[in-house]
Amino acid sequence: KSSVQTIGEEQIQNPYTELLVLKGHQDIVRFLVQIDDYRFASAGDDGIIFLWNAQTGEKLYELHGHTHKITAIAPFSSSDVTEEKTDLIITASADRTVIVWDCANGRQVQKVSCFHSTVKCLTVLQRLNVWLSGGSDLCVWNQKLDLLCKTSHLTDAGISALVELPKNCIAAAVGKELIIFRLSVSNSGSEGWNILEVKRLVDHQDNISSLVSVNDLTFVTGSHIGELIVWDALDWTKQASECNFWDSSVHPDVQPEIKLSQSPHETSVQHLTSDEECVFAAVGKGIYVYNLQMKRVIACQRTAHDSSVLHIEKLPNRQLISCSEDGSVRIWELREKQQLPAEPVPTGFFNMWGFGRANKQANQAAKKMHESTPVYFLELVGDLIGHSSAVQMFLYFGELGLATCSADHLIILWKDGERESSLRSLTLFKKLAQSGDLQLRL
Amino acid sequence: MISAPDVVAFTREEELEDDLYREPPLPEEYSVPLFPFAGQGANPWAKVAGSKFTRDFILISEFSEQVGPQPLLTIPDDAKVSGTFDLNYFSLRIMSVDYQASFVGHPPGSAYPKLNFVEDSKVVLGDSKEGAFAYVHHLTLYDLEARGFVRPFCMAYISADEHKIMQQFQELSTEFSKASECLKTGNRKAFANELEKKLKDLDYTRTVLHNETEQQKKANDKGYYTTQAIEKANELASVEKSIIEHQDLLRQIRSYPYRKLKDSEFHPYEPECALDRADVGSDQDPAASDHAEPGETPLYTHMPSYTPKLIKAKSAKCFDKKLKTLEELCDVYFFTQTLDQLHHIERTFRGDVCYLLTEQISRALLKQQSVTNFLFEDVSFLDEKPPEKQYRGCQGLGQDAIDEKCSEESLAPKVVISLGSYKSSVECVPIKMEQEMEDSEEPKMSESVMSEPQENLDYLDADIKGSISSGESIEVLGTEKSGSGLTKSESQASLPVMPSPQAGRSKVGSRRTVSEDSIEVLSTCPSESLIPEDFKASYPSAINEEPYVDDDEGGLRFTPRANPGVDDGQDDISKQESLVQVDAACCIGKESPNFLEPLPELGQKPCEEDGVVRIPPQPYRPAEQGLRGGFPSHDGLSGGLLPYELDSRYLSGSREVSKSSLDECSDSTSYMSSAASTCSDRTPSPAHLGSAAGERHRKRAGQNALRFIRQYPFAHPAIYSLLSGRTLVVLGEDEAMVKKLVTALSIFVPNCSAYAKPVKHWVTSALHLVDFQKWKLIGLQRAVSPAGVNVLHALSRYSRYLSILDADSKTLRCPLYKGTVVTRLADHRTQIKRGSTYYMHVQSVLTQLCSKAFLFTFCHHLHLPISERESEESVVSRRMNFLKLQLGLVNEDVKIVQYLAELLKLHYIQEPGQGGNPLLRFDYVPSFLYKI
Repeated sequence: KSSVQTIGEEQIQNPYTELLVLKGHQDIVRFLVQIDDYRFASAGDDGIIFLWNAQTGEKLYELHGHTHKITAIAPFSSSDVTEEKTDLIITASADRTVIVWDCANGRQVQKVSCFHSTVKCLTVLQRLNVWLSGGSDLCVWNQKLDLLCKTSHLTDAGISALVELPKNCIAAAVGKELIIFRLSVSNSGSEGWNILEVKRLVDHQDNISSLVSVNDLTFVTGSHIGELIVWDALDWTKQASECNFWDSSVHPDVQPEIKLSQSPHETSVQHLTSDEECVFAAVGKGIYVYNLQMKRVIACQRTAHDSSVLHIEKLPNRQLISCSEDGSVRIWELREKQQLPAEPVPTGFFNMWGFGRANKQANQAAKKMHESTPVYFLELVGDLIGHSSAVQMFLYFGELGLATCSADHLIILWKDGERESSLRSLTLFKKLAQSGDLQLRL
Repeated sequence: MISAPDVVAFTREEELEDDLYREPPLPEEYSVPLFPFAGQGANPWAKVAGSKFTRDFILISEFSEQVGPQPLLTIPDDAKVSGTFDLNYFSLRIMSVDYQASFVGHPPGSAYPKLNFVEDSKVVLGDSKEGAFAYVHHLTLYDLEARGFVRPFCMAYISADEHKIMQQFQELSTEFSKASECLKTGNRKAFANELEKKLKDLDYTRTVLHNETEQQKKANDKGYYTTQAIEKANELASVEKSIIEHQDLLRQIRSYPYRKLKDSEFHPYEPECALDRADVGSDQDPAASDHAEPGETPLYTHMPSYTPKLIKAKSAKCFDKKLKTLEELCDVYFFTQTLDQLHHIERTFRGDVCYLLTEQISRALLKQQSVTNFLFEDVSFLDEKPPEKQYRGCQGLGQDAIDEKCSEESLAPKVVISLGSYKSSVECVPIKMEQEMEDSEEPKMSESVMSEPQENLDYLDADIKGSISSGESIEVLGTEKSGSGLTKSESQASLPVMPSPQAGRSKVGSRRTVSEDSIEVLSTCPSESLIPEDFKASYPSAINEEPYVDDDEGGLRFTPRANPGVDDGQDDISKQESLVQVDAACCIGKESPNFLEPLPELGQKPCEEDGVVRIPPQPYRPAEQGLRGGFPSHDGLSGGLLPYELDSRYLSGSREVSKSSLDECSDSTSYMSSAASTCSDRTPSPAHLGSAAGERHRKRAGQNALRFIRQYPFAHPAIYSLLSGRTLVVLGEDEAMVKKLVTALSIFVPNCSAYAKPVKHWVTSALHLVDFQKWKLIGLQRAVSPAGVNVLHALSRYSRYLSILDADSKTLRCPLYKGTVVTRLADHRTQIKRGSTYYMHVQSVLTQLCSKAFLFTFCHHLHLPISERESEESVVSRRMNFLKLQLGLVNEDVKIVQYLAELLKLHYIQEPGQGGNPLLRFDYVPSFLYKI
């Protein structure tokens, strides 16, 4: 009954054969953020922030300070020329405070509680050594938590996403609008900063749900009804857009997956990630790969999960990891398919029906185009089942493994069993050598 | 684990004939001829027909100053146990061997009575008329109202088996010392209490008398004293004297050095005490007894404040007074503690000496395997302080006794030989010393050893001669005092007691000469370290051949050896054992020779074909240095691979032997045990000290496992799941049935750490991932309710981590198993019938697995590249080659060993203090559904 691809129990390519359950949170864990090569922080609805060692799973610090759920978290490494690099994390909470923590000792460095609304997003401009908080207005802070400048009240709903653009610009997603701000040092004071609204982009039909910067020249936004727009980061013009209404009827080759209960939620662009070539979009239950050069979707998995995909990430090795509300994490590999003329190619992006704004011409053109180009597909190479509830986010730590956090209050560290085993052997022989030395000394 | 307790001997019987000719015949040397007197229904294990009690018991007696020796209580407190045995008579016997000079009084030079802190004496005596042998532990308690303030008591462990007493002497002594110390502590407390009250009484009396005298003085102004007044004055003076004396007593009892109850090795004497003791000589204190008011037995209930009473000068007659009971003497709390301890002793030493020794051996061996023992053994008891093995020779003596007995009773020369060969492994070095040597002076040691023995032997000889010459009917050859003295000198000289053939001979002689008397005191602490003369003869080759000459230079020696020359036999044997059992020492201790030239080494084993059966009960060797304690550098190991010979030959050999012997013996043994009657009771010995429940559990688990294997054709994949660390869920509606299955399967579950067995017998809620981390075997309720649906949903969700045994529909869903280990472990055609035997069989197979895992884990080159340039792939292939070729593992067996190795690593790496994160390892392998 379910069209979700399954892989079965034999997963040769799945390296994660060992797991560690990290317990500590008492409510949904929503955020994982990497601090350095081996540490990460987790935060969620219980308002506690934990620092973990990604190798051993050891709980390093437990940071208490917020009284409500955490709404945003950002790492901030301040590196003065004189000082050593210190790792900080900034957390914002529904209690309308922002706290800066020192990761080295788990102490609260400073706390700001002068917000009028909940800060929903935080972003750090490492280059300028400032950080921004976005709520109903946008504030710019320096490292010492001095408020440098702020915008006027923008919206009650608040800024949902912030991204840094070149030339000291910031793109903020406010409802359906995308507002570009420019940050400048004011002439009057030495420490004076100014933030100016430069442009408002109103191309999205619905609320912008995700905003990601691809490179210095482009950034991408996705909206709740499945629009994907690629923007030029310098002049903020629309470079390309994929819309949600590619009627499945124009793709007779694709078996129709018409569900009457289709809701806008299922077309929502939950998360976007990108590498240099492609943008990977988590849309509803599916995953779509959009090639920036070809300006079209090159591969997709319409129902990658049983329910909404919440987070996706591209790994260096052409693999893609996605996690979903159904509690599973899946590993995909983007593969090039030998093109067989007879075989139908899934080309449709959002194969949803719906809003009557079909762009059939574009579709036809795209279809003609890719007959001469290689075709890609996403193959499921493994799935990780451990959480009993929605997997909110994950963090890829390279060979250290993968950390996933979930609504079941747990964080699971998935590890390569082989590697761990040999690491343990190494530790074991080191320990043996130590005790061996001890014996010789006697 | 090491050996099955019910494999005692193999007797050919008619009913087994069928099986016998189908299988290859048992080698001649394993078979024991039928007991010659079997025709009369006699039990060859019944040693003494004459004993009048059914099982061992503990007797507490007192030498009452009123009625003489009298029995106070027995443990177990059951009239059946002592039967027709004359407790009164035996009390007289045991009390009469109390040689100690334990009395209190005015020492010649002292004005006040002195308390004598008398140490306990420990003797063994035998009464051949009664068929009883006893370990007797004398102790003295203080009682203010008793003559000389002392009440002599004794605790005796009475058994019909002389050898049991002899062999377990040290253990008994340790345990009884604890009990005695507990009693004495309580007694000191009670005595001090009593003194305080008495002092208050006296003080009050003095005040009263003083007032009376004053009044008389006032009333009488005639200038001369009436006789009444003089009497009063005398009385007052004597009360005052008494106060001073009692104060002094109180000071003495309080100055008694505080000691830890648990420490069994303390020496009770402070130097000045010892001096005082020498001076003690005179009788009881007249003043004290004069003023003792017999009617007022102080109450031991804790009163908030004590109301002093007037003490009358007139004292009642000695025999009128009611002596305090033991309970009153020792404070109720301590008394019950002591009883607990005695019950513990009774439980511990219950059963045949063979069981006890086997148990001790396996415990000692287990303890050595500090790296692997946690996997399948209950190691919590290993944390207990073992009985101090100070007088190793005691074991030797007992061994000697057994040997003699065997040569006399059984007519099988083969058995004698094999017994003789293991006897050589009797360790003569006290543990304590060995540890010292480990610590410091390994190189020096052999010199001192070589220089000292002669002196020591003289000493021993002298002692023995003395005992022989004595023609008394009661001989007390050894006491704690002399024993401890000896020990002290030993440890100072760092000198192991060397086995002395000569001494052994005379020892044997002495025993024989005394035997006609009704009471024989057999224990001789100083001469315990004797090894009989046939000791040497049994390992002549081992002395000449020195396989480990290189060990010293190599620096790879695992265990410091007391003396290469003499101990070589032991080494040899122990090495064989190591090989047979493939214990930890096998790999580490003797690794480098094995690597270099393994075959000649194997070839020179004197009786390598003996296999498992060749390991009879023997006192355990002192624990070799634990792996954790000091591990040799492993640099030498990377040179080559272990030859396949080493493993396969021994493992498979021992397997065959153990299997056949186990299979065949189970029947005859069970027959034996049912026919068993007299002497030591036949109830199997407790699994280990103080846990009879463990034994019961094993038995039941073994029985259930046997049933499981016979009933379920898919037992193998189920067991494989457990062994490879895949959680097995037993699903069923009936709780009892599920729990039974879980119990049965629990014996196959490797432990993740030393403390928690990862088994959950019954769960009713849905499982989570965390549960699979914690538990490897889970009994799960199948319910029809909505909650039950959730449960099933969770099962299917996590099916990749689980094997599911459905007890209701008799299906199993789990990965395929095609290996051989489990086949051997759980053969449904096995002829093992008894649960405990099967348990032992399982343990032995699992031990082999452990040793393989150990080898695999600790072979350096299997995990790390030999050279810098070596690629990871070649290490991996070497590792797989080792597993498959060297360890002979087939298919999925590799996974079992890998899992065990992983557990070993985790356990070894883990810091002792922290629990460490439990991790879940799993494989992505397809599961299959098995049906009956």
